[in-house]
Amino acid sequence: MALFAITTFVVFHFGLNRDRLEGELAAGVLWVTLLFAAILGINRLFVAEREQSGFDGILLAPIERNALLVAKATALFLYLVALESIALPVFAIFFIDSGFWDALPVLLLITLLADIGIAVVGALLSSIAVNTRARDLLLPLLLLPLAVPVMIAAAAGTDPLLSTPIDRSDSLQWLAVLALYDAVFGLLAYALFDFLMEE
Amino acid sequence: MTFGKGLRGLSIATVVMVATALALVFFYAPNDADQGFVQKIFYVHVPLAIVALVGFIVAGGFAIAHLRTRRQEFDYLSYVTIHMGVIFGVAVLLTGSIWARASWGKWWVWDEPTLVSFLIVFLLYVTYYPLRYSIEDPERRARFSSVFAITAGAFVPINFLAVRLAEGFVHPRVLNATAGDMPGEMRLTFLVSLVGIALLYTTLVKLELTAKHARGQIKALRRALEREPEAGASGPALATVPARPE
Repeated sequence: MALFAITTFVVFHFGLNRDRLEGELAAGVLWVTLLFAAILGINRLFVAEREQSGFDGILLAPIERNALLVAKATALFLYLVALESIALPVFAIFFIDSGFWDALPVLLLITLLADIGIAVVGALLSSIAVNTRARDLLLPLLLLPLAVPVMIAAAAGTDPLLSTPIDRSDSLQWLAVLALYDAVFGLLAYALFDFLMEE
Repeated sequence: MTFGKGLRGLSIATVVMVATALALVFFYAPNDADQGFVQKIFYVHVPLAIVALVGFIVAGGFAIAHLRTRRQEFDYLSYVTIHMGVIFGVAVLLTGSIWARASWGKWWVWDEPTLVSFLIVFLLYVTYYPLRYSIEDPERRARFSSVFAITAGAFVPINFLAVRLAEGFVHPRVLNATAGDMPGEMRLTFLVSLVGIALLYTTLVKLELTAKHARGQIKALRRALEREPEAGASGPALATVPARPE
């Protein structure tokens, strides 16, 4: 995933023909790359359960089925954090001239909230898609529209942070939108996951 | 469950309502001072969009009912309401595009938050078909489709909120005709169109359900008929198979 992200930055450099980015362009490049890299991980999230009958094991075990959702969403969240701990510094080195340190605290908050949203929705959709015939194809189709609000909020929140002069006031509003998204889809996934696991 | 009940009355009401709405649109409602005749597409475009979105949310309600009761007809209801919503959605995007071309000179504009939100919702619901048809087991298909329908139903308002906020910072929104200050004739025409299109939607949903139900029954009858001649031969043979081989 990290390798994919770095390669995508390079592709963006040539596609846009820009050495340095700022403002909305920087935010867009960063978030589109992170989302597409996340899709790679989400596609593989439940494959082991499917192919090695892990689902049967979970169903037989005397535990709540939601434990699997929580575990998978947490694992995905940690993947994303690991991905970003490489991708964000590389992004800063490649494209950002100055002011990245000032932007970092709020940017990290945005990233964490966006990661929660992607992790929750990704785990839910992955458990749906893995049980279909066209899983690798279906997952991005399902995930991309559902992730649009995360994209809007994350990109719009990041844009003023990477502009000069840096402006943090708008970002807080977008943090609230991300938190709302996380809460709604977190509860929804928790309520619905049980129904995906019956066999 | 019979889906066809009351279909005739509903169809007649739909024809009357839609005809009245069209008559009002063309002969009663005044031309818009700003946009002229083209503005009349509003009486088709906006009701279609409202009905499609309400249909999507209702489909989520049916999906919840399916997961709670496990009755198959709720899954069918959820499927057909989404199906009709998607068809109406195509019409919404086409009429929206025509309207945009006529009043702003472009086939598509990104600074109209309602239209952009609708496109995103539409793209999400289009994936309902590949999802539904890539699951073979009918019971699991119904369950998974319901989970999708509920998730997507909850997504509709959140998406509208996010897109509206994104536009709100850049373009302060001016009140337009939908926001309330419509003259009386326009409002009456709009409401009649809305009712007409809502009736049209309900009729189409009922018709599709009836057709699907009838098709299913025919298939079941045909299968029963094909099995009939061999029933005598296979009946006793089946009875000798032990229920639990030990």
